[in-house]
Amino acid sequence: MALLEVKGLTVSYPVAVGLSAFISRRFLVAVDRVSFSLPEGRTLALVGESGCGKSSTGLAVLGLLEHVGGEVLFRGKDVLRLRGKALKEFRRRAQIVFQDPYESLNPKMKVRAIVGEPLRIHGIRGDEGRLRRALDLAGLSPPDYFLEKYPHELSGGERQRVAIAAALILDPELLVLDEPVSNLDVSIKAGIMNLLRDLQEELKLSYLFITHDLADSFFLSHEVAVMYLGVTVEQGETEEVLLHPVHPYTKALLSVAPGSGREKVILSGDVPDPLHPPPGCRFHPRCPAAEKRCVEAPPGEVELSPGHSVRCVKAESPREEP
Amino acid sequence: MAEIREAFRTSPFGKAGLVIVGIFAVLAIIGPYIAPYDPWKTADQLEDILAPPSWRHPLGTDELGRDILSQVIYGTRITLIIGLSAAAIAVVVGTVVGVTAGYLGGPVDAVLMRFTDSFLSMPFIVLAIVIVSLMGRSLGNIILAIGLVQWTQAARITRSQTLSIKERVFVLRARALGAGPLYIMRRHILPNVLPLVFANMTLVTSLAILSEAFLSFLGLGDPTKFSWGIIIRYAFETGAVSIGAWWYFLPAGICIMLVVLGFSFISNTLDEALNPKLRRGQVVI
Repeated sequence: MALLEVKGLTVSYPVAVGLSAFISRRFLVAVDRVSFSLPEGRTLALVGESGCGKSSTGLAVLGLLEHVGGEVLFRGKDVLRLRGKALKEFRRRAQIVFQDPYESLNPKMKVRAIVGEPLRIHGIRGDEGRLRRALDLAGLSPPDYFLEKYPHELSGGERQRVAIAAALILDPELLVLDEPVSNLDVSIKAGIMNLLRDLQEELKLSYLFITHDLADSFFLSHEVAVMYLGVTVEQGETEEVLLHPVHPYTKALLSVAPGSGREKVILSGDVPDPLHPPPGCRFHPRCPAAEKRCVEAPPGEVELSPGHSVRCVKAESPREEP
Repeated sequence: MAEIREAFRTSPFGKAGLVIVGIFAVLAIIGPYIAPYDPWKTADQLEDILAPPSWRHPLGTDELGRDILSQVIYGTRITLIIGLSAAAIAVVVGTVVGVTAGYLGGPVDAVLMRFTDSFLSMPFIVLAIVIVSLMGRSLGNIILAIGLVQWTQAARITRSQTLSIKERVFVLRARALGAGPLYIMRRHILPNVLPLVFANMTLVTSLAILSEAFLSFLGLGDPTKFSWGIIIRYAFETGAVSIGAWWYFLPAGICIMLVVLGFSFISNTLDEALNPKLRRGQVVI
């Protein structure tokens, strides 16, 4: 059984538009019926542009958002329906690392308090050895050098390592990595990526890795789900999807990745307003291969080979029927 | 902290405020040891009744021949105790209300803020008069009354600050770790609103000192203590103004003015350091 099984996950945000907020609430659908599963010890990458719903998916999986539909099964139990003790137990086993270590660490707390905070919240007796081990795992050594420092005394990479140490101290099974290296310099980024890969092997962690960078997903993930405007357009084994992309959006993303060697496909326009998503396939206004039938109905999911599925009419039948 | 130090270093007003408040604080502590007379000691001879300033009585005497300078020195301690304690009550109540309303939001926020508005809509001095009249004219009741009418500002300030802090990622991170609202408010929100609370407290202290003077002048002060407001009240009762006994009411009045000014200077400087919109060298949009 998969560690994490997400079925038809939908995330919406209430939107207040002028006076209408008083009359009826409107909802922006940020994630629309997304499904995936994450086996133990593996990494699933959620890839897409900003605003595609990948971060909302990550937060929803941890039960941190309101207005969430569908099911998020963690070891068979629906996270969205957990309460009280069971929820707290889940929070111990699933941790998150955020994008911006400048924002995710309380500036008024020392590293000792930040990394020790999970223990305190879960009522586990503060154990100096455990603290040191977490810092050590995150590559912050010697631990004594870092324990008494404030976040502003550390570099960006060190801060992110502090965030990782805090996420590891409770021995979690699942780590949601929400663009953990996007705010870091390239030189530091490589170190963190290697660290994450080593940690997975050493601690048998499962990652839900959220990124906008296909190269990062290639490096770290076993499976990848490409998202566009709240919908997964293509998912499957990372190598399969990235080396043999089928969906025009995946192809376009890949073509602009540095060193891809592909002919660049520059998409015209911007991601449409999610409050008014285009009819039919959500990608059709920007799709270089769009046809008339793309406007008519949203494409269904087609399984090309075991595990590799795509949401595009072209995959259903290559040519438009006359 | 660095911003605060820098603000005081560069602001002459901030420095002046610190010096003024510092002097009065020292006076409050050592006052009883340096006061030339017991402020309660009445005159032995007739010429000491309502005597103008002289070498024997640098600030003259009152209608019972008691030394005004000693009264003012003793009054420093009482006035500062009332000001600081009332401000502490106001700030604690205001912070609890503001942080709770801001963090929990929804109906809790609505109820607490309407409650705050209802306090704001009442003329605070009238409210304080009612409270003191009902509870009696003791030092503790006066402190409580002033504290209970001055907390609304702190509630407003901490609520708006809480609203911005609770959107920060480290709060989300704490939630992801399984922290409850109480824990997050105490460990994450509070330390980040505390500097503002502190700045507000200096302002409320000066307001509290003014309120105390007002209440005392209206005859609602604690008659067993010499506060500056009480001295002015006695001067008024004696008719010091109409008989030209300026030494009776001026010193206490000037002291009130100076202390209020000193606390206001400090509060302004703190505000300048902590409020990004007032920070110097930055464009205010």
